[in-house]
Amino acid sequence: MKLHVHFVVGACLSFCALFAHGTQEPAPPAAAVKQPSTSTTDHSKLEALKGPFTSGPEVTKACLSCHNTAGHQVMNSIHWTWEAKSKTTGKTLGKKWAANNFCGSPISNEPRCTSCHAGYGWSGKDFDFTKQENVDCLACHDNTGTYKKFSTDAGHPLYADREFEPMEGPPGKKPFKAPDLTKIAQHVGKPGRSNCGNCHFNGGGGDAVKHGDLDSSLKNPPRELDVHMAKDGANLVCADCHTFNAHQPSGSRYAVNPKDTHGFDLPKDDHNRATCESCHSQTPHKQAKINNHAKKVACQTCHIPEFARGGIATKMLWDWSTAGKMGPDGKPLFIKDDHGHLKYSAAKGDFKYGENVRPEYKWYNGTVEQVSIVDKLDQYIDKDGVLELNRIQGSASDENARIWPFKVMHGKQAYDPVNNTLVVNHVFGDDDTALWKNYDFAKSIKAGMDYAGLPYSGKFDFIETRMNWFITHMVAPKEKAVPCAECHTRAADGRLASITGVYLPGRDHNPLVDLFGGLAIAGAIGGGLIHGLVRIVTRRRKEQNQ
Amino acid sequence: MSAERIYIYKRYERFWHWSQALLIIGMMITGFEVHGTYTLLGFQKAVQLHTLAAWTLLTLWAFTIFWQFTTGEWRQYLPSLKNVLAMVNYYLIGIFRDAPHPFRKTVVQKHNPLQRLAYLALLAVISPLIWISGLFYLFYGNWQQLGIDRYLTLEWVAVAHTLGAFLITAFFFIHVYLTTTGHTVFAHIKAMVTGWEEVDEHHKAH
Repeated sequence: MKLHVHFVVGACLSFCALFAHGTQEPAPPAAAVKQPSTSTTDHSKLEALKGPFTSGPEVTKACLSCHNTAGHQVMNSIHWTWEAKSKTTGKTLGKKWAANNFCGSPISNEPRCTSCHAGYGWSGKDFDFTKQENVDCLACHDNTGTYKKFSTDAGHPLYADREFEPMEGPPGKKPFKAPDLTKIAQHVGKPGRSNCGNCHFNGGGGDAVKHGDLDSSLKNPPRELDVHMAKDGANLVCADCHTFNAHQPSGSRYAVNPKDTHGFDLPKDDHNRATCESCHSQTPHKQAKINNHAKKVACQTCHIPEFARGGIATKMLWDWSTAGKMGPDGKPLFIKDDHGHLKYSAAKGDFKYGENVRPEYKWYNGTVEQVSIVDKLDQYIDKDGVLELNRIQGSASDENARIWPFKVMHGKQAYDPVNNTLVVNHVFGDDDTALWKNYDFAKSIKAGMDYAGLPYSGKFDFIETRMNWFITHMVAPKEKAVPCAECHTRAADGRLASITGVYLPGRDHNPLVDLFGGLAIAGAIGGGLIHGLVRIVTRRRKEQNQ
Repeated sequence: MSAERIYIYKRYERFWHWSQALLIIGMMITGFEVHGTYTLLGFQKAVQLHTLAAWTLLTLWAFTIFWQFTTGEWRQYLPSLKNVLAMVNYYLIGIFRDAPHPFRKTVVQKHNPLQRLAYLALLAVISPLIWISGLFYLFYGNWQQLGIDRYLTLEWVAVAHTLGAFLITAFFFIHVYLTTTGHTVFAHIKAMVTGWEEVDEHHKAH
């Protein structure tokens, strides 16, 4: 039994271990914290923080003894609720409901997934979302860089050192140290890059996996990679743009502003700086011609030439349908490619990766048709039978729409072909149904759907899916912006080759006018040549006759 | 064959002609690159040079229009159908038989009747087509402000501009070829450089 526990926990750890860097090695000191501190409070001198603390909630209670509204502020935020209501479609989204083509749903997999919840103890359906001391203050406010929520403990950090063998990593147990909560509690402050990055760089189960434009290379990026976060650039941290108001973050993929018509965010405004225009205005270029482009083209489209530029590959394809293969030794099969990336995992299926990937471009008007795990799929499946999990809306004629860059994630995942819905897959857990222990989809899907209380026909199949991820980080310096000719070209692989509804000079032309014009020019040149030739010939004849 | 020299192209006129020639050649080269016909300078450079050349030519035209009217030279462009057929006949037949040129340049009549028609077409059709479409093209970013985006699409403007570009390019090649039809191959070009044209004596007798 104990072996089982080790195996399962190890399997889950592999999420982190696989993609190495940030999770196993001690994190670099919180480089992003600006020195000297301008805070009027030295937390290390506070009586309430003397400790010693033996659990997360204990620290939170101490925090709340002064910051007595912070708990409820956090509890109103998406970081706590994992729910968001779309203003455009009215759908309830957030991690709890929005489908994706990575790990799937947190439902029935809580202890693993909620290691990135801004709280402690969300291990199942009974979690009390109203209990203030369950809020995790340290995940965001640790300034020592040593606080880590453990990957399988429902949001808790380790309270004692542990040893594990990762499922997909190299064999052998690895030690994991419990962070010093007392020291951390005494060294808190504004969130730096690592605080956000510990979760957001590791979305999808590992470094760089999900977003393509967010990975641990942004902790200390060269200017070339991120002009805003580089030390020799603007040296900003995440929260400088993703400004918080009463613990509510600004900027969310569930509500990306397609076109900021407000411009500068001045002190009298709403303190929401998650658009480029908030700092750069709507007309930041010297040339009017380029400013004019901003009406139809998002800043990111030109200023982020490629994503995954930090040397860490992002996942481009995840095919669940092949999961479950065993090796000749009867043990789950894991195969790595030449770069050390797992290309096959018995637990998850086949993967493909990409670095320095050119985004795909689409019109976006503010509406994303995000599929929820309770939706019927018919209207989201296109002619080729591919399910688009979050169709991007917009067209050239739409006043609010601009051309935006996306990472398009390819997937193949389980669904219920009878009810025509996606399914909740129970992957994680120490039981006899979890996929990552039993490698049996029939059991794991049944268990997941039962747990979620959703209708399930008992039949499952795999469907090809696509998911669009906004590319909006890793902004390059201006001299590295996409050159005009990469869109204004007739080449079939031009960046905007598939964008419809606009006449793009250099790309588009009227074939009839070009034919007529070509004939006119050829006629003019040919006519002159023939006329001139006849003149020469007739003159020569005349000279000979004389 | 004795010849008489007359001063036919004045200094400003020559300056206008050659700077205009340079600008138009530049705009043909950059324009067709913007159109996507080939890659030479790169799209951005091509657009910038094309725009700069356009504004320069507009400025040149402002001066030239002033010059045309203050000197009365604008009358050189008044069309006349008289003797047009004689010109056509000359270019189609006479020129091969060494027939005399039916038109004799003078200071007050420096363009032959066919030339007058061609320049009128250039001024009345091709130029407005290019300039109007070109200015709309240039100010595409302001359409919304001006409320004209409801009536106009960039595609129509671009296609009109391209059509004008093809026409003036065809005109350019014919124009250059016809410069070789003087009494020597380079006689007309020489005249446009120096201002002095050699006129045949026997024509003077008419």
